[in-house]
Amino acid sequence: MNSCKRHGLLGAAAVLSGSLLMGCAGREEPEHPGTPPRVRIVTTQQYLNTLQNVFGSSVGMDMKFPPLRRTGGLLANGAALAGVTAGKIETFQRAASSIAAQVVAPERRNYLIPCEPKSEKEADEECARQFFAQTGRLLHRRAVSDAEIARYVTQANQAATELKDFYAGIELVTESMLLSPEVLFIVEGTQPDPRHPQRLQLDDYSLASRLSFFLWNAAPDDLLLRAAEQGELRTERGLRRVVDTMLASPRLDDGMRAFFDDMLGFDDFDVLSKDPMVYPFFTGAMATDAREQTLRTIVEHLVHKQRDYRDLYVTRATFMSPALAPLYQIPAPEGWVEYEFPPDSPRQGLLTQVSFVALRAHPGRSSPTLRGKALRERLLCQEVPPPPPNVDFGKLNNPDAHYKTQRERVRAHLEDPVCAGCHKITDPTGLALENFDGAGRYRVAENGARIDTSGEFDGVHFDDVVGLGKAVRDNPSLPGCLVNRLYSYGTGGAARATDRALLGYFNARFAAAGYQLPELLRAIVLSDAFRHVQQTNGAGRTHERKPTEEIPIEEVS
Amino acid sequence: MSKWTRRTVLRGMVGGAAVNVALPLLNCFLNSNGTAFASGAPLPVRFGTWGWGLGMNAGIFVPSKVGADFDLPDEIAALAPVRRHINLISNTQAFRDSYQNLCHYTGWVVARTGAAPRDGRDMPGETLDVTIANQIGGSTRFKSLTVTATGDARSTYSYENINTPTTSDWSPLQFYTRLFGPEFPDPNASTFTPDPRVMVRRSVLSGVMDQTRQLLQTVPADDRARLDQYFSGLRHLEQQFDQRLRKPEPIAACVRPGEITVDPQMGQEQQAVALRHRMMTDLLVMAVACDQTRVFNMSYTDANASTIKPGYEKPHHTTTHEEPIDPKLGYQPTVSWFTRRSMEALAYFVEAFTQVKEGNGTLLDNVFIYATTDHGYARTHSLDHMPAFTAGRAGGKVKTGLHVDAQGTAATRVGYTALRLMGVDRPSWGVNSNNTSREIGQILV
Repeated sequence: MNSCKRHGLLGAAAVLSGSLLMGCAGREEPEHPGTPPRVRIVTTQQYLNTLQNVFGSSVGMDMKFPPLRRTGGLLANGAALAGVTAGKIETFQRAASSIAAQVVAPERRNYLIPCEPKSEKEADEECARQFFAQTGRLLHRRAVSDAEIARYVTQANQAATELKDFYAGIELVTESMLLSPEVLFIVEGTQPDPRHPQRLQLDDYSLASRLSFFLWNAAPDDLLLRAAEQGELRTERGLRRVVDTMLASPRLDDGMRAFFDDMLGFDDFDVLSKDPMVYPFFTGAMATDAREQTLRTIVEHLVHKQRDYRDLYVTRATFMSPALAPLYQIPAPEGWVEYEFPPDSPRQGLLTQVSFVALRAHPGRSSPTLRGKALRERLLCQEVPPPPPNVDFGKLNNPDAHYKTQRERVRAHLEDPVCAGCHKITDPTGLALENFDGAGRYRVAENGARIDTSGEFDGVHFDDVVGLGKAVRDNPSLPGCLVNRLYSYGTGGAARATDRALLGYFNARFAAAGYQLPELLRAIVLSDAFRHVQQTNGAGRTHERKPTEEIPIEEVS
Repeated sequence: MSKWTRRTVLRGMVGGAAVNVALPLLNCFLNSNGTAFASGAPLPVRFGTWGWGLGMNAGIFVPSKVGADFDLPDEIAALAPVRRHINLISNTQAFRDSYQNLCHYTGWVVARTGAAPRDGRDMPGETLDVTIANQIGGSTRFKSLTVTATGDARSTYSYENINTPTTSDWSPLQFYTRLFGPEFPDPNASTFTPDPRVMVRRSVLSGVMDQTRQLLQTVPADDRARLDQYFSGLRHLEQQFDQRLRKPEPIAACVRPGEITVDPQMGQEQQAVALRHRMMTDLLVMAVACDQTRVFNMSYTDANASTIKPGYEKPHHTTTHEEPIDPKLGYQPTVSWFTRRSMEALAYFVEAFTQVKEGNGTLLDNVFIYATTDHGYARTHSLDHMPAFTAGRAGGKVKTGLHVDAQGTAATRVGYTALRLMGVDRPSWGVNSNNTSREIGQILV
């Protein structure tokens, strides 16, 4: 058992001794106390996905909620920490108002509201009850008690009577529902584990939510809620069946798109800006499509074809759109099409796609350091220290220098020992990508001088960008970083040192499964750790909290 | 207008400390033309901040003359039309004490919170605009308005805590809709009928607040503070609904601006940034004139500004490090170009407030603006010789048109002056070496 654990901990590095790992694939998950219970604020996309699931895909909104802060490599980790300002609540209220108006709009009310009121100008208690029972459950992600439904119905009746409009009553109460903290926050509740009463596990609804937001980036749908209600999630077999269904659903695409968009830092696309004089052809449409291209490539490769995750960095198969074709210097297709680069093309792997090389560059030129840094931080989960405040730029400031290529320009980074400490972590890989300019177009020369793309990456030598792709593919940290990010994303918070053994176990399962994403997802969501929650001080009823006091005050003007 | 009204004050516990939510200032306390209280006291002074990135070049920025009628070296030549409205405080210092110098962070965090941050994930307190908004922002439609010219919602210098930045409005179109769209309570409208839908909204909101109260009982300790914050936000929403149900007092200067139907070009080219800055400033000034808010923040650029000069391959921040010093000029010419454009924007911002008449003067007379940057000399990330500006006369309490040499004293002195002016009565402000109880006396009447 001990030798298995050790090999498991070496994770993907032990891929060379894969046979040993195979023997350990069936080993036990290490003990783990579970994650802390979290209260996460819902993201714009989760909100929209949920509402479109409940009210249909024609319901939309063009506003975005305020962005989250990237923590531990992911925006999703910020959701459990983010505070809510008064301004943010105002945004939620406007979003809720817009959605509620769409729900009762004449073109939708007939199919979204399951009954017709006796009169449109009056309250109708029975019809309101039907609507809120159905909608309340889906929005709150749990069964809504009779008392709660009664309260909604009373409010809707009052509103309908005052406004002489049944639908206005439905609209305004739906709007208030969309402002409820239980809808806008994903609150994790707990129950004792029936098999180990001293441990806490997520209650059925919370587990359903955690699964659904992880795999589908949306609230649980009716079927999943029913599985939770019937206790299916509490048995191994039931949970396995539910997870299999979720992994087979096309909604897994949404979930994985949201995850990779976060992990790869594509929120930077929202503010990507290129110098219009240096790259006049680079349009907003190109930026949008570049993001889409990479997400489609990833989903096709990992979810639809269930290929090896590492091959994403050497694959020639991708998608192409008319807006992107000029950047890749190929003829424009009609709409989005599958596209495969020829075997001798330098465009092999995600690092050579516009979403990487153009996003990680300056507005007017390429940047070896930004690209190398993004590779380390986003794909390998390694931290690059920030530059020291007293860095001396004198070496780069030679006004007579006419450096032709970036390699010559940044040579000072690698020669000066003060700079080299960090820059040798980033620059060699970034320099290999110099065949792609700041807009992502391919070039062999810069200012008339041929670009030298050879270098070394963690001890592996390469001659060109294709070689770099292979070196990245085989780097031992690559799969482990994905495991780390997926686990954080799924549980809502950054992994900690105490999770090391657990992550080692997931790494071993991932390797044993040939680095297929659905298998890794299965390993994570079916794990004991995913379902269990740590005891915290002050959780639930262990500490009494004084209720907030309200004092009525009368004023005179 | 004389009516008894029942209000409730929420008293509760946040993180173990007692908290009182103050009574809001009600419209019925104002006189009939909104320029003064019914008792005759003037309208409260409004507070605003303005932020630009990457400091300045002392040789061509700092005037040689101290006091009134100061000269305007090249980098601040653009401030000529507003010199009489502003004060320039040069040679302040941000002390990092035992923490490292966090580039493009420590400087403005000290200037705005009074304390040095420990690392990039630390915000050692709320920024002063939040403190002031808590003091004076409770009675207006918006507690504060935070906007940016960068086109990026993340560009902000205003934080309640590290996990609660005040997200900036970045789109002129959306900002217009938020301020002056269908929900705008026009104070000069000839008729006013309270919208019955708003009344309904207000009453169903109490159901949401009950739910929040119940939820507060069940979540872990760390999250209770966030839900408390959420609850306060709901209270403010309730107040907003309340205000929409009351006829607003007419304000002569308040004119709904022409509708913005399409956003201007986004992107970091300096001209695009400047255009967005002008549009957002105009909207912001009119929002203040219509008393929609009394606290506002504008970030012209991020601390490590990514503004582009078309044709020059590096953005502003990279240029500060990589451009060589011109041997004839003695400074980095392109960096100076960027700084001059920032000063043009500051001039526009200040001048915009003079375009609105209020009382016997202009809106700027009743405003106090505090402008900060992140470094003195960006190339070396210096925390000394940091400049700051103030603009406006704070209702007659502040003299303007002065150049003050702070002689290396704490940058927090300017922020402390601002806090005291805005009624936040504290004996001192700031932590460790940044702690000060000395206001910038030269600018006080």
